[in-house]
Amino acid sequence: MAKLITWILLIIGITVVSLNPTYASGHPIADAAELLKSKKFTDKYRAIELLEAEGSEQAEKILIALQESRLYYLKRDKKLIILAPDAEPLTATNALTHEDIGPIKKSAAKKISLNNRMRSQIRNVLAMMDLRNPLADKRLAAVNQMLDNPSAESATLIQTLLIDEQVPEIREAMEIVIALGKLTSGDKNERLTAVAVLDGNIHPAVRNGLRKLQQQTTDKAFAADIKQVLDNIQAKLQLYSLVENIFFGLSLGSVLVLAAIGLAITFGVMGVINMAHGELIMIGAYTTYVMQLLLPNDIGLSLLLSIPAAFVISGLVGIAIERGVIRFLYGRSLETLLATFGISLILQQTVRTIFSPLNRSVETPTWMSGSWEINSALSLTLNRLYIIAFCLLVFGVLYLVLKKSVLGLQVRAVSQNRAMARAMGVRSEWVDAMTFGLGSGIAGIAGVALSQLTNVGPNLGQAYIIDSFMVVVFGGVGNLWGTLVSGMGLGIANKFLEPWSGAVLAKILVLVFIILFIQKRPRGLFPQKGRAAEG
Amino acid sequence: MNSLDNLREVMRRDRVFDFMLQTTGLEVDLSHGTILYLEDISVSFDGFKAINDLNLYIDAGELRCIIGPNGAGKTTMMDIITGKTRPDKGSAFFGQNINLMQLSEPEIAQAGIGRKFQKPTVFESHTVFENLELSMAGDKRIWPTLTAQLNGIQRDKIDEVLEIIALQEQRNLYAGALSHGQKQWLEIGMLLMQSPKLLLVDEPVAGMTHQEMDRTAELLTSLAGTHTVVVVEHDMDFVRSIARKVTVLHQGSVLAEGSMDEVQADPRVIEVYLGE
Amino acid sequence: MRIINLIKHDRGGQLFLSVLALATVLIPLLNLLLPEGHPLHISTYTVTLLGKYLAFALLAIAVDLAWGYLGILSLGHGAFFALGGYAMGMYLMRQIGDRGVYGDPLLPDFMVFLNWDALPWFWYGFDMFWFAILMVMVAPGLLAFVFGWLAFRSRVTGVYLSIMTQALTYALMLAFFRNEMGFGGNNGLTDFKELLGFNLQADSTRIGLFIVTALMLALGYIICRAIVTSRLGRVAVAVRDAEDRTRFIGYRVEHVKLAIFTFSAVLAGIAGALYVPQVGIINPGEFSPLNSIEMVIWVAVGGRGTLYGAAVGALMVNYGKTYLTGALPEVWLFALGALFVLVTILLPKGVIGLMKRKEAQS
Repeated sequence: MAKLITWILLIIGITVVSLNPTYASGHPIADAAELLKSKKFTDKYRAIELLEAEGSEQAEKILIALQESRLYYLKRDKKLIILAPDAEPLTATNALTHEDIGPIKKSAAKKISLNNRMRSQIRNVLAMMDLRNPLADKRLAAVNQMLDNPSAESATLIQTLLIDEQVPEIREAMEIVIALGKLTSGDKNERLTAVAVLDGNIHPAVRNGLRKLQQQTTDKAFAADIKQVLDNIQAKLQLYSLVENIFFGLSLGSVLVLAAIGLAITFGVMGVINMAHGELIMIGAYTTYVMQLLLPNDIGLSLLLSIPAAFVISGLVGIAIERGVIRFLYGRSLETLLATFGISLILQQTVRTIFSPLNRSVETPTWMSGSWEINSALSLTLNRLYIIAFCLLVFGVLYLVLKKSVLGLQVRAVSQNRAMARAMGVRSEWVDAMTFGLGSGIAGIAGVALSQLTNVGPNLGQAYIIDSFMVVVFGGVGNLWGTLVSGMGLGIANKFLEPWSGAVLAKILVLVFIILFIQKRPRGLFPQKGRAAEG
Repeated sequence: MNSLDNLREVMRRDRVFDFMLQTTGLEVDLSHGTILYLEDISVSFDGFKAINDLNLYIDAGELRCIIGPNGAGKTTMMDIITGKTRPDKGSAFFGQNINLMQLSEPEIAQAGIGRKFQKPTVFESHTVFENLELSMAGDKRIWPTLTAQLNGIQRDKIDEVLEIIALQEQRNLYAGALSHGQKQWLEIGMLLMQSPKLLLVDEPVAGMTHQEMDRTAELLTSLAGTHTVVVVEHDMDFVRSIARKVTVLHQGSVLAEGSMDEVQADPRVIEVYLGE
Repeated sequence: MRIINLIKHDRGGQLFLSVLALATVLIPLLNLLLPEGHPLHISTYTVTLLGKYLAFALLAIAVDLAWGYLGILSLGHGAFFALGGYAMGMYLMRQIGDRGVYGDPLLPDFMVFLNWDALPWFWYGFDMFWFAILMVMVAPGLLAFVFGWLAFRSRVTGVYLSIMTQALTYALMLAFFRNEMGFGGNNGLTDFKELLGFNLQADSTRIGLFIVTALMLALGYIICRAIVTSRLGRVAVAVRDAEDRTRFIGYRVEHVKLAIFTFSAVLAGIAGALYVPQVGIINPGEFSPLNSIEMVIWVAVGGRGTLYGAAVGALMVNYGKTYLTGALPEVWLFALGALFVLVTILLPKGVIGLMKRKEAQS
């Protein structure tokens, strides 16, 4: 029995020993520890050099503690200890063995004092250690840190490391640091080459550095050079912000197109005013919400499944509206407007009753969140990117359905000449229902997309109905391409107006613009011409 | 006195906005005996040339029939004359002095061109009497219309037209309740109320019985002389019964012109109507 | 004499005006003469509520003039109504003077709150009642005139026109929600004190407002009736039924539409001005597209193209609204939605049409 306990203790002992390295005298860390306790600063400088040369994680920890004034030694046995930051009561670990010492009194320990030279020495040493870190992420972070506070000193430091660096991203950052360092060089040629290297680089540090230099320099020609480079950078930045604005515009436009394209079918092709279109979008959004409740563990899958589900549910509701109400009102479009508005009220109130009037938030799957960082000035959020792609996909599929499928052919036939289509054996009632179902289903899909951008609530549809009508009317009724172009155009126009007018005023301006435009061209951007359109 | 007149002129309610001014009070100048000039007119819809280099002259007091197969451009021609469609090129004059291309539909109507549509269009929720009253020539600006009261002469005029179109008994009936043929007549009656110089009549006998057709033929021929009448018609028997001069339209331009017999003997016309 | 001529053949109108006259006399009497506990006593609250309904009835007549006779389904009448209301509200705001929370003699409270140091130019003149009344008519009239001038000239008709008017209303709503517009933003204009020196909280003022509203409703009805029975009214119906035909017999359709549409907007503005002092607030919510479309359904319920039908519809639907939102708030929107659907499908001529049909059958 006793033998067993001895064994266990022995094993524990070995484990402890192997986990907590102890440094015998003569080891650089142990030596450094001794030197740090010295009263002479020269000893301490030496200690820091030793720690740097040693370069292990333990050495780094000691240095950080020293920098943050958490390195002490116990008065009792002169053991070097590290105080835990902000712990109350104070706890400490042995700086060499990592062993927990537990709570201690402050009076029992003495701080290792340090001066400014030591601070900057430690900073450089730590940076150097990071720069040599085997992990690329750590190295990049260290270089980037230097970018924020460039100096000739750090430039020379980096110069030596550049040779061994393999990762291109880090190399690039390093070259900027070097060039920035050279900006302060006394040699004019060196400064000029540095400026040339920095030309077109959009990192904020570059602009700061160049601006500082521009103010300091007395050489007019050189100042003009710098100005030129700064202008180039500014132009590049403007280009990126233009690209970003267009991107935001396209994503807003995609939302508009998605919301409007179902309407382009029901209103444009069938000539039916459906004021409940917004609520069909809302139903699609709530379908997404319910799918997430059903599949809480797989948000991505539930979102994908929501697309067909929303199409079917909104489509069925749409068919019910067409069969139940609209078919009694063909040829009386103003009455259709009123009746479908009534339906929209009923649908809203139904949703309020079932799901409460409060907004529900729908989660975004991880593969859709985050952004695609192209560079420090331009990053595109993934969910918007997906919306644009999704919108184009839906548009493409719909276009093919209308152009190539039998249903599409019949839809076009009925919309052009109902009586003739019937005479040719087209079941026009069935086509009406299917067309309306198609338009409504697309509205449902739009709802799925919208649920990823905004909160899902009973008023979701109302917010989009007027916009959707505007997009369709602006693009030219009965023209799918017109809807696409007008939706995207209005989205971009909105985003470009926003910076100087504010979001609400931008929206008002766009609305007023469309109202005026329609007075000038009542048939929209891409009108259908000829006798058929006259009636 | 003069200053009072001036003041009156300034205070006239309808002179507040210049667009309320009547731009046509113009009397049509028929000194050359020709009431309608259509020259080099072309119009196309989506690349389809509905009218192609059309030249057509109508003499004052004439009764002209225009025939042609479907799609020959007959209705489009009427649209151009009445200002509903603007041609891509060419010129259209009413008499010597009135450029139809510069006028809107109501201005053209006020200038003295009346039109009957292919599909009879009357105001169905008004009585026959009211239909005629609304069509009556007169000041059709807002304020005069608001304050208008019928006087004896105007009532007589309406009664006269009611008699011409044989709808005296239906005078207080809603126009929507009339038969198809009666609606056609009412529309012709509405034309007459306008006292136009030129009547454009699009398919006046569609859906009429033979008896009604005969009456219509009688009516139209009696109008010629004091009015100029242009009739577009498909029914060849009807055209033969009224026509003095016939114009054949084909693919948007004039194919042949002359008396009914001449036209029917023209080999090009036969080809167009009967094919090879 | 002419007035009697106008309604000689208008049995519905005679009945409507008689009932209205009776109510105008009786309701104030029942309020003033009978003690509060009496079963026939009508509380001041009810009188004001009825006054509000009458303002809506006037609005409905304006909508009917445009929709029933001219065929323009305007979804912009909510905006005209609200503009008239705002013009009246601005007058009432200026009447507050230094009795506001901040006590500024010139600036309304919300401007002080926004740290404005001067009155915006478009608030000038609203301290004068006649100017405010002028603006009650000019603001909506001008908007309707400009919009109509553009729209009718380019022959925007039917549902397109409806959607455009709705977009216009929506744009105005967004604009009035902005604080920078200078109309009190989200909260609108409220906390009114007095109108022409009469305390708005006083029972006598409230009864006075009720009577004025009733008189304006009667006057509005008679003027509209005069218009629709004139030849211009018949031209309007002609435009509604066959626009091209009307044009080809020589009427300037755009001018006919513009004149009647603008008048209708002015009438809606007056209704708004009567409404605001009775409810004591005007805010951008009045511009909401739902409001505009709701007033169309009043007309549809009553029966369009009759004028008095529109007024009756407004009274019925609003009574229903007050009752349901009090008793079963959840049900109101269901009921309103169902009303839209059922009336358009089953009762295209409204309640009045139904009654006429019943009468014709018996």
